[in-house]
Amino acid sequence: MVKQSFGDRMFDAINHVLLLLLLAVVLYPLVFVVSASISDPSAVLNGEVWLWPKDLSITGYKKVFANQDILRGYLNTIVYTILGTCVNLVMTVMAAYPLSRKEFYGRNAVTALFVFTLFFSGGLIPSYLLVKNLGMVNTMWALIIPNAVAIWNIIIMRTFFQQSIPGEVQESAQIDGCGNIRILLKIVLPLSLPILAVMTLFYSVAHWNAFFNALIYLTDRGKYPLQLILREILIQSNMQEMIQTNEESLAKSIMEAESIKYAVVIIANLPVLLLYPFLQRYFVKGMIIGAVKG
Amino acid sequence: MRAATAERSPLVKSLRKNWDLYLLIVPVIAYYIIFHYIPMYGLQIAFKDFIATKGITGSPWVGLKHFERFFDSYYFWRLIKNTLGIGLYELAVGFPIPILLALMINEIRSERFKKTVQTVTYAPHFLSVVVLVGMLMMFLSPQHGIVNLIIRLFGGEPVSFMTEPGWFKTLYVFSGVWQQMGWSSIIYLAALTGIDPQLHEAAKVDGASRLQRIWHINIPGIAPTIVILLILNIGSILGVGFEKVFLMQNSLNMESSDVISTYVYRSGIVGAQYSFSAAVGLFNAVINFGMLVIVNYIARKVGQTSLW
Repeated sequence: MVKQSFGDRMFDAINHVLLLLLLAVVLYPLVFVVSASISDPSAVLNGEVWLWPKDLSITGYKKVFANQDILRGYLNTIVYTILGTCVNLVMTVMAAYPLSRKEFYGRNAVTALFVFTLFFSGGLIPSYLLVKNLGMVNTMWALIIPNAVAIWNIIIMRTFFQQSIPGEVQESAQIDGCGNIRILLKIVLPLSLPILAVMTLFYSVAHWNAFFNALIYLTDRGKYPLQLILREILIQSNMQEMIQTNEESLAKSIMEAESIKYAVVIIANLPVLLLYPFLQRYFVKGMIIGAVKG
Repeated sequence: MRAATAERSPLVKSLRKNWDLYLLIVPVIAYYIIFHYIPMYGLQIAFKDFIATKGITGSPWVGLKHFERFFDSYYFWRLIKNTLGIGLYELAVGFPIPILLALMINEIRSERFKKTVQTVTYAPHFLSVVVLVGMLMMFLSPQHGIVNLIIRLFGGEPVSFMTEPGWFKTLYVFSGVWQQMGWSSIIYLAALTGIDPQLHEAAKVDGASRLQRIWHINIPGIAPTIVILLILNIGSILGVGFEKVFLMQNSLNMESSDVISTYVYRSGIVGAQYSFSAAVGLFNAVINFGMLVIVNYIARKVGQTSLW
């Protein structure tokens, strides 16, 4: 080791201070939401909660779990996420595997066909008319089929197949009389569990957080995913039915409205929040594979 | 007959041998044609008066009528100004910060601190836009929001951030930075790990300081990645995302929050003026695509890096 100069030590100190500041800025809103959600609503409104919870209370959570819209939205989102992710995974493998094989003649042309859609698209209106003509408006298929696969994920998976599974293994299986489909099922997929995990995560987070297709294609409230319900509560402050104004004072209902907002943010993100520490390295791995230009 | 078989193109040969590979990809090709290329074909309604009963192909051509109406409309310059303004603001602030962050994270020696910084800065990426905007509104609420509580504490007047047009772009850009900077830095961190450590050793022996090594080794090392992402970013400047703008938008901040994509949504989906909004959308897409091509051309001329 070369001895550290004064300048280098200064550099380290400044770097650490800046990063600590940054940590605080990123973390503070997240901690605050958690604290506010389990604090007494009046303490939150009076500005007594700064960082840690004050006068523990779970009013917000109780109200959220008593609300039919939220529960139904939650359930819908779970269904859309599971179904959508399955479709996504199957389609991604079906595209990525042939594209990873040298024997597949014309794979550059096919890739170009897919990639072009990244740069140019028909846009909102023609897509909307198409989905409408296909009769998918106001069905859950409008949230699943138009997003059946993402080109970026195809490229990531194809790159993984090419780089992490030795071509020799596939060739020897072929010599032993294994067909392409059997190679895929018996050799390639079992060796690809890490990338399949990454894809599952990418796709399911996307489905969990999606609201745009639901906004334009769904008219039936009973089919709304969680994010649309969240939009009503958080952004449009539509909570008439959740807070009974008739028996309680206005001040109290405003308080409850606020605590519902904090609680609903936590509940909506609970699955990701709980899984995040375990999944983090997979997320990052996926991003890095994606960064390798194919 | 036999001779013809022998001369068959490589495609036919490959098809015969690996027909199952082709079968596998057919649904995906079908998906792309139906859900991406048919809408491109459907764009012709921008040049027609779309009549639902006659369908896209049967509707009468009207030339550039809808484009002219858009260019002459009261909203045109406001939309251009806002879309371009938000796009450039986002590029100027949101693009360099992840690079800076990656360079800083890369200099941390302690593995534990490094992991903590990464875990924390990646986390907001997983919040949905709805939740992000919801949090913005909670924090910035003029009555109870913590930001205004602080302003009041110091004797200031509370600011109604979400309804003040002047604040819109700043809130949009910086909330985006807060949410995405960590995640966007991953790609640069990956590029940084690819830099040959011998370069650093040699520079150390020559007495280069940390800053000098970052400037002369790390930054040139990740330059190709920077250029690629810059091209992609510039190519989508006018493509300012619908979702967050739409959610942050309200009748009071329209003056600075109305962008092309929200206008297309309003006039098209809500107002059912299909042809007109398709024309607006096409105008937007063509400019984006043009910018991408130009920037890519420049990048290829100036450096060696380009998308294609």
